[in-house]
Amino acid sequence: MKYDRFVDLVVIGGGPAGLSTAISAKKNGIDDILLLERELCLGGILNQCIHDGFGLHLFKENLTGPEYAQKQIDELKTLNISYLTDAMVINLTKSKELEFIHRTGHKLIKAKAVILAMGCRERTRFNIQIPGTRPSGIYTAGTAQNLVNLQNIKIGKNILILGSGDIGLIMARRLTLEGMNIAGVYEIMSYTAGLERNIQQCLNDYSIPLFLSSTVTEIFGKGRIEGVNIGKVDKDLKPITHSERFVKCDTLLLSVGLIPENELSKKAGVKITDFTGGAVVDSELQTNIEGIFSCGNVLQIHDLADYASLEAKRAGYFAARYIKSKQKRYNRYKINFCEKIKYASPNYIVENKEAIIVSFRIKKPAKNVVLIVKDRENNILVKKKFIRLLPSELIQIKLEREVKSDIYLEIE
Amino acid sequence: MKKKIVCTLCPIGCELEVEIQEGKVVSVEGSLCERGVKYAKDEIENPTRCISSSIPVRGGKRYETVSVKTSSAIPKDKIFDVMNKIKKIQLKAPIKLGDIIIKNVLNLNVDIAATRNIEKDKSK
Repeated sequence: MKYDRFVDLVVIGGGPAGLSTAISAKKNGIDDILLLERELCLGGILNQCIHDGFGLHLFKENLTGPEYAQKQIDELKTLNISYLTDAMVINLTKSKELEFIHRTGHKLIKAKAVILAMGCRERTRFNIQIPGTRPSGIYTAGTAQNLVNLQNIKIGKNILILGSGDIGLIMARRLTLEGMNIAGVYEIMSYTAGLERNIQQCLNDYSIPLFLSSTVTEIFGKGRIEGVNIGKVDKDLKPITHSERFVKCDTLLLSVGLIPENELSKKAGVKITDFTGGAVVDSELQTNIEGIFSCGNVLQIHDLADYASLEAKRAGYFAARYIKSKQKRYNRYKINFCEKIKYASPNYIVENKEAIIVSFRIKKPAKNVVLIVKDRENNILVKKKFIRLLPSELIQIKLEREVKSDIYLEIE
Repeated sequence: MKKKIVCTLCPIGCELEVEIQEGKVVSVEGSLCERGVKYAKDEIENPTRCISSSIPVRGGKRYETVSVKTSSAIPKDKIFDVMNKIKKIQLKAPIKLGDIIIKNVLNLNVDIAATRNIEKDKSK
């Protein structure tokens, strides 16, 4: 094979995770880094998230998405980390060869380590299989956000939102401010998917109605969407017969979940877990393929960009250590969890001196519960009380003690 | 009058029961910390919000718009008045992050500031 370039570390993706992980690797002693971004600008999804609420954890100030991105980009440039925009990675192998397309041509490079930071994409009408005609005027919430905030395009006048994910809630407010009518937000579950803050400040502030246990059962309209049928659902999320009513709208936004974008990871043989759609990783964020790390929304969907960046910072640290030491892997213990927990990440624990951060999400809302983390001998490693746990909140816990067996997460 | 609100200052999200008399908070129950009491008082007596929007830009490189925000929170009941001011504006590249687009909007002692750099597109 003739390579165009050898490089110590390649970071795929230039959003909040990719920028953070590249900066972290550089600060931990790796000089030869190449970050590849497929868009024309660095910053990823932050560019279109013009609302505030970013940076409270990472920068200790309240920033909008573009400001948060700019801070990271400035730091990347100050540290002289090389990057390419308009560079689309099309193949990745387990021996860490990367093929990418750039305006200067088709390139083949080989890396000592790769950090996956490709983020996620939105679930579409196809993913949730809504019956009906196929008119125009149906957008995912993020696409609408891009059209309205970056391209100055009016997407419609009377907008119905399916799903209570955060981007949908943010768009409900944004479109209301632009003078559009929101015909309502409909959520199939009996609880909301978005953060409490967004329910308050995006819906309640503007008296936008929220309907739980309801979903779109049919789409109507030739050419342009004219309305939808809304049905109530039962406990098994199946529409209840005769509960349907017609609601008029000229636009339908879908905010029905995010999917980690792991097509490249799979090409390299990275194992993906069904629980998150992200890679199976150990506590150093390394995948089953040695030297390939994963972080940010491509690993698991985070509630805040800050959390994605902080996870990525750790991935950068561990990738740098891997490149410098080429150490063999230590023992790996498994992280198990009870049936009340939807998933926990990472999946394995590497025996080392580093503090281990475990994130998890609960399946259903719960009040006054205790999380207990035990080792195999039933020693309690962490015990933490929660007044309220919601599926919309990713909880992170830190294990300070050295772990020398499988661990078990339990909710009581 | 009693009103239920959820404190959004931290992820715990205490459900607060607020007793209101003549628009003033007289008691707050359900808060785990002191910040919740202040939150309830602010929310009921003088609610404020930061808002963001985007403004069309001519001659910009890679962007059709520039994102903007209020430099600090404005009274909630002034949101649409401020939006109407923002909607009347059109801008020309270049613009720098932090540039003041509207100074002291509606005499609220708050500026509308750009939150993104927009370079000039020399080919346009």
